[in-house]
Order: sequence, then C-alpha cells, then structure tokens
Amino acid sequence: MQIRVESLSHIYAEGMPFETVALEDINFTIESGSLTGIIGHTGSGKSTLMMHISGLIKPSSGRVYAGGTQIGLKTKESREAARKIGIVFQYPEYQLFEETVLKDVSFGPKNFGFSPQECEEKAKKALELVGIDPDEKGKFSPFELSGGEKRRVAIAGVLATEPEVLILDEPTAGLDPRGHREILKIIEQIRRLHKPTILLVSHNMDDIAAMADQVLVIDGGRLAMDGTAAEVFARREELASMGLGLPSTSSLLSALAARGMEIRTDIFDEDEAAREIARALRQD
Amino acid sequence: MIYFFVIYSFGSSSQLLYCRSCDILIVMKFESIIQLKDVEFSYPAQVEAAAPAKALDGISLDIERGSFVAIVGSNGSGKSTLAKHFNALLLPGGGEVIVCGMKTSDPECTWEIRRRCGMVFQNPDNQLVSSVVEDDVAFGPENIGVEPLRIRELVDESLKAVGMYEHRKKGPHLLSGGQKQRVAIAGVLAMQPECIVFDEPTAMLDPAGRRDILKIIEALHEEGKTVILITHFMEEAALAERVIVLEGGRVAFDEAPDKLFSRAAELEKYKLGLPFAASMAQKLRALGLKVPEGTITQEGLADFICR
Repeated sequence: MQIRVESLSHIYAEGMPFETVALEDINFTIESGSLTGIIGHTGSGKSTLMMHISGLIKPSSGRVYAGGTQIGLKTKESREAARKIGIVFQYPEYQLFEETVLKDVSFGPKNFGFSPQECEEKAKKALELVGIDPDEKGKFSPFELSGGEKRRVAIAGVLATEPEVLILDEPTAGLDPRGHREILKIIEQIRRLHKPTILLVSHNMDDIAAMADQVLVIDGGRLAMDGTAAEVFARREELASMGLGLPSTSSLLSALAARGMEIRTDIFDEDEAAREIARALRQD
Repeated sequence: MIYFFVIYSFGSSSQLLYCRSCDILIVMKFESIIQLKDVEFSYPAQVEAAAPAKALDGISLDIERGSFVAIVGSNGSGKSTLAKHFNALLLPGGGEVIVCGMKTSDPECTWEIRRRCGMVFQNPDNQLVSSVVEDDVAFGPENIGVEPLRIRELVDESLKAVGMYEHRKKGPHLLSGGQKQRVAIAGVLAMQPECIVFDEPTAMLDPAGRRDILKIIEALHEEGKTVILITHFMEEAALAERVIVLEGGRVAFDEAPDKLFSRAAELEKYKLGLPFAASMAQKLRALGLKVPEGTITQEGLADFICR
C-alpha cells in the first residue's frame, strides 16, 4: 500500500496560548512494500506524523492517502483504508492487558468483527511470526513473560490485524542486544513473508542504514531530508546540527577521511567497511 | 637502614602499612564505597507453588570510591535488582550490602544511604515530581531540611553542572527527554551524593540526548564521584574503568573493558555483542591487519589505522 502525504500541517492547541506547530507543510511518497526509516530528535514531530498516517489524529491542513484513499474522513472507504494500517507504539508491552497471551493478540481481529475461530487463527499465525509458540505460551499471562517476549507479543497484537502498512515506533528501545537482534529479524521476516509497507521510527542509525530503502529526516516539524540512506548520511554536518548522528560505519570512515585517508564513507555494512579500510591501507 | 613493615588488612578493600622503623602509617589507596558479600535476592513467586527464582545468586563485589563501573547483562540477568541494592531500595535476602560503611539492612541508615548513593532511572517522565524545573531539583534537599539559602545554592550549582540552569523556570513537560534526564540528574546532585547509580539512563533518548548524558556522567566521574552505569549499549560500557557482566544473577565477568571486549567468543555466549570498534577491529584482524587487542573505541581504532 502506497502512502502519500500532501502539504500536511498540524498545530496543537490552535488558537490557545500554548499553540504549537508540530508539523509544517510535509510532503512525501512512500512506495508500496518498501521500508522507510524515520529519524529526528525527540520532539521533532515524528510521532505526530505517525499518528496522522495511521489516522489517529486529523491534520490542521493537508491530506494523507493510503493506497489512493484519503485517511481520516468519515466515509466507509476511508475507514477501510485506515484499518489496513497498524501502528506499534513505543514500549507497546505496557499496553498488554488481557488474561492470556492468545486473548491479548486476538483483541485486534475481534474488534474488526472476525469470528472467534478466525481471531484465534490470526492470533496464532501472528504469534508464530514473532517467534512465540502459541501452544506453549498462548495460555500464559502476558505478565509472566520476559521483557523481550512481552514486546514481541505486543507486536503480534498488531500483526494479527494483518496490516498492509506497519508503523513501528522505536521497536527496539530498551531491549538488550539479543532482544534487539530478535526484533530486527522479525521485521525482516515480516517483510519477506507479507511485504507490507513498513515505517520504522528509530534513534538507531545503524538499523536504519542497514534496513531502509528510503530515509525521512524530520526536524522542527519539517521534512528536512528525503532520500536513500547513502544520500541522507552523506549530509553529516546537517545531521549533526539536528542532534543526529551517523551509522557507526560511516562515523568511523568519515573520521578516517577527516584524517586525510582516501576512503569511501557511504558504507553501512561492517564487513564491507572492513574491506574498504584494508583496501585504503594497502594503497597508502 | 632496614625498613620493617607491618600490614593491617581490613576486609578486602583497604590496607594499612605501618613502618615500625620510622613510625609512619601508610594508607593503601583502595577504599571501597560499596561492598556486597554473598548477596542473594528472590522476588516472590508469581505462580503459587513454584519455587521463587533467584534474581541475585551469591554476588560479592567491591566498588572502589571514585571509580566508574559499568554493569551489563541481558534482560532479566539481575542488573536492576542489583542496582536497587546499592541504595537500600531492595534489601538482600541473604548476605549483606555495605554502603559508605553502613549496612543497608539497618533501617536507621536507610535515608543516609539514599542521600549518599543517588539513583537515576531509565524513564525521565517517572522521576520528575514538580511542575517547575528548579522546584523539582529542590525537592530532595527540602525533604531533608536543608536551610533555604543553602537549597538555593545547591539547586543553582546542580542545574549548572548539567547545563540546565537557563531552563530553571520552565515546566518539565516543555523539555526534551534528554533535558528531563539532565534535570533528574540535577535532582540527585542537589543531595550531594558520593555515588550515583545510573540505571539505563539513555535507553529512551535520541542520539544527542545520549551524548549529553554520557558527557555528564564522565564529568561527574572526573570530579571524583563514584559512578555506576547500567547499560545495554556496549559502547557506553567501553567508557568505564571496569565492566561487570551479570548472567542469571551471578557475576560472569569483572574486568577492564579493553580486556573484556577482547574475549569476543566468550561474550558471544552471553549474546552481549561487542562495541562497534571492537567488532570492526576483529574483522580487520581477519583481513590480516594487526589491530592490537583491547582496541574498543572509535578513536583508538582510527589512531591505529592512521598511525
């Protein structure tokens, strides 16, 4: 499902003393089935933008289209389109509430009016997708699980609604390195099996560089950059002025280039970066 | 002349050297601020009849005054449980914890221990209690009855130390996550603690917020405060003087970061990963470059490559 955002602006508390412009004239298009990374410092407007794309709040002006249908209208088509957009909020495990893992994951499809049997099937499929055995852990209380497992169950709860657009807001925040790698693997798996359009909000530049087809940089409520990872991370100084960094590989390679080495800086894979350093050293 | 020494040992941490021939007493440097002896702790079992799992399973540690110690380990390894033992938020089920010479199990000492050993948590939103930044920082000293004029001084000094002085009149809700975290640190500093425990202070912050907090942590250490940093980021652990790896409530490793991160294969077992520079160093070694063991920072690696 393609996402198109046109002249989107959002003002919080419009006309009130604390009026704040959260988003200003945002325009971009995300291709169906791609993974787009969204970066920006805290308070830049990323989360507000994600809420617009999922139709949770209405723009002060401008439009959001999902697969050609405008989101946020009171028409049947608009609601149908919004249903196909799933959003996983930050720290989603705080939103687990049901008695059992299976019930919690079934909640989404249940709300969309599927029969109990269909709900259970969808929930089981979603749990398998995130690497949790529904027969073993489906009857557990979500609160008996480890932190990483809770996070995965919460993600399964959104996957159970079979979204065509999946928004992940900081899905790895607060996890240990193992939990972090597990989530990334699940995202790769979802991409391979279901090819949804994915929007990944993250502070981890390494993940963004490794996974994203397109990168959007939000700064002060405006779209500051829109391009491939290579294009975006080449603009090092601008990113630094926005409080953002580079992926570890380009950070090291840029530091080497700054010391006078002739070396490429647009490499995001560690193995490739190592080979480039070895090559550059041999040339010296 | 013959020097004749007598050594007096007090626990594992401090030693006195007495020279009989010249009548001088020498105090050995190592002074511990926190000592743990065979500490065990279990949370109450969630399922009835199930045996409670041990969150801490026989931990003995000595944290040197003025040192910078990082604690790493996977989720559920006992890091946060351990941290809460450092200032009597949790009391050991077995063994004992001694902070600045006081036992945490002694209820008389609880408040003094908490003043001397402050704590900064992961989520900045859970730590601020007031609607004005400077009131929030004043909350601690006010509670222990510090003179109003002295409170003013403490609040100003603390806010300046974390670079938030110009925001002192603002409401915390107008601040970014990193700024809120800095205010939380100021609140701890206003209590003039000797030791500060940071429990994943950067987990919820953006890259700039993370850098700010790490700079403050390093500055506090340089000023002589004891700093304990619990983290999932190996790059952060690489900044410390000593890294303690927890696994299943036990200490798996306890050594300097350059030594620890040279044991890539063993660390893999604990699924911890390496700091980026250490991982790159390993890949470069595989390509035939002689990167020295113990290269764990980007600067160190760049120095080697451009030598």
